[in-house]
Amino acid sequence: MTDGTPRTLFDKIWDAHVVERMEDGTCLVYIDRHLVHEVTSPQAFEGLRQSGRRVRRPDATIAVVDHNVPTDADRAVRIREEDSRIQVETLEANVREFGVPYFPIADVRQGIVHIIGPEQGISLPGMTIVCGDSHTSTHGAVGALAFGIGTSEVEHVLATQTLLQRPAKNMLVRVEGALPFGTSAKDMMLAIIGHIGTAGGNGHVIEYAGEAVRALDMAGRMTICNMSIEAGARAGLIAPDDTTFNWIRGRPFAPSGEAFDRAVEYWRTLSSDPGALYDHTAVLQAADIAPMVTWGTSPEAVTTITGAVPNPDEVADEARRAQMRRMLDYMALAPGQKMEEIAIDAVFIGSCTNGRLEDIRAAAKVVAGRHVASGVRAMVVPGSGVVKQQAEAEGLDQLFKEAGFEWREAGCSMCLGMNPDKLRPGERCASTSNRNFEGRQGPGGRTHLLSPAMAAAAAVTGRLTDVRQFG
Amino acid sequence: MKPFTTLTAIAAPLPLANVDTDKLIPSRFLKTIKRSGLGKNLLDPLRFDADGREIPDFVLNREPYRRAEILIAFENFGCGSSREHAPWALLDFGITCVIAPDFADIFYNNCFKNGILPIALPRVVCEQLMQDAAMGENARLTVDLQRQIVVRPNGEEISFDIDPFRKHLLLNGLDDIGQTMQRAPAIDAFEARERALLPWMPPITV
Repeated sequence: MTDGTPRTLFDKIWDAHVVERMEDGTCLVYIDRHLVHEVTSPQAFEGLRQSGRRVRRPDATIAVVDHNVPTDADRAVRIREEDSRIQVETLEANVREFGVPYFPIADVRQGIVHIIGPEQGISLPGMTIVCGDSHTSTHGAVGALAFGIGTSEVEHVLATQTLLQRPAKNMLVRVEGALPFGTSAKDMMLAIIGHIGTAGGNGHVIEYAGEAVRALDMAGRMTICNMSIEAGARAGLIAPDDTTFNWIRGRPFAPSGEAFDRAVEYWRTLSSDPGALYDHTAVLQAADIAPMVTWGTSPEAVTTITGAVPNPDEVADEARRAQMRRMLDYMALAPGQKMEEIAIDAVFIGSCTNGRLEDIRAAAKVVAGRHVASGVRAMVVPGSGVVKQQAEAEGLDQLFKEAGFEWREAGCSMCLGMNPDKLRPGERCASTSNRNFEGRQGPGGRTHLLSPAMAAAAAVTGRLTDVRQFG
Repeated sequence: MKPFTTLTAIAAPLPLANVDTDKLIPSRFLKTIKRSGLGKNLLDPLRFDADGREIPDFVLNREPYRRAEILIAFENFGCGSSREHAPWALLDFGITCVIAPDFADIFYNNCFKNGILPIALPRVVCEQLMQDAAMGENARLTVDLQRQIVVRPNGEEISFDIDPFRKHLLLNGLDDIGQTMQRAPAIDAFEARERALLPWMPPITV
């Protein structure tokens, strides 16, 4: 187990879950929670069926539909797209056959898998959590080791509740000081990705620390951990503290009463030891962070809202220069163009990155008393049925609707272009989602990643806008 | 799973970094409940124009690369999503080996589960191999997993690293679920230990 050497938070959670260690260092690792959705699970259940295997721990597994479900009001009655309907029906048949707990589309607990896990108290500190989706890193915000897996691994976990893995390397990202006015966790994370690059975290688990991270609420911490994969890291981690414990208390699937106190006692041991070694460390000053927005088709292609589109000719590396040219061509942007002068056609507020109540409130604050610019299609898509209900209890649905936004049902929506919420070719979107890859939000669609408040500001003016000018 | 031992094949050069999973197989093609049939949409945004017509210049639309079984690209290949549809699409197209300076972690893992060998080699070597590949039909590369070498058309051997356990699984085409199932007693023991240590861990029932 441990010989007294200082350990990182990752080391501690990892060590606590090793079932067996092979000679070459590969470990059989136990998985405490497995989240399943309709897109990456059908082939895994089919594999179980073909081999006559069962699900080892249905009581550690939860299924939900999110990726391909429409977000219009009548979706519970009928999903029009046949292939989406088949995937949803296949999941429903599979959860019945294998006895897996499931939140169906009409259940208020339905939502984006990475929103509902923490929200329901299913994802807890110290756990190992996997899902067939790369944004599983989100759950690291509660102090759990959470990472995305492929469908073969989904099948492996369903059958054995374990995975064969080699330990990751440790990276520490520390953000010192306090976030300035007008910035949020999203700006912090885009700044971090801009700093370390989209491959900077490859092979690592990133632990986020420092005053600015500590000061974040749980929603902000989830935004940070969510985009760890955009920096190449399969998992992001934030040591649990009182903010975490207070947030978890009372959630439906969390322990309660005396059990909660015992859990907290254990959770308080989950932080990196003083002197623990990291393979890499990056330090950022929060004071340097401004509202951020991406200009290219990789999340590292990011600048501040007061910045301009960079010039490929000023880049020495030939391959990098070619890639930048391709990005600018796809995005239909010119070198030197001011970010604030870029007009947009659509605004998307939602996703597992920014679809929580706090995100919707931040956008609402900017929208209050204003209206969506003419010609702009703007939508708010709560991350879960519960988020939607809470926002409606605060009257935010009315606020957005009166301002000209669409207010939709919970799901992945326009983050990934595999349900009816899509960009049309050539459309430009200010989006609170996580990826600006070519075609991500629909073939030919152009994505600018930014925070919920910045997305709201863009909706109001019809162009990328510095939210700080709204006071 | 089909074992991977040696492969002598046409290699397609794709001199791009950060080839993400939305390029490898866009999300609109993930609405399938099968593993097969994805090859026709491999690298769809690079292969086809907005009207679905082939882009004639693109390497996989040219002879002999329509028959490529090896793909050579630049850094951070397979970044983005965890979708195993990306290696399924490669496999369905006929590609069983990808060579690049480095790979995104989840994609790298997913390859091994499908009999695809991802080989990490320094950028300068990848550039050399791309030049070889550009010679087409007469410049096949050989990959020998047992010996851990890539053989250039001029006979030069380039060695590569691979994790011994993964090598073993690939060489023998082994299903690792079956292997893990044999460790059930250790898993049982772990579960009993965790239950005793963390009795508050709640089961999920809806």
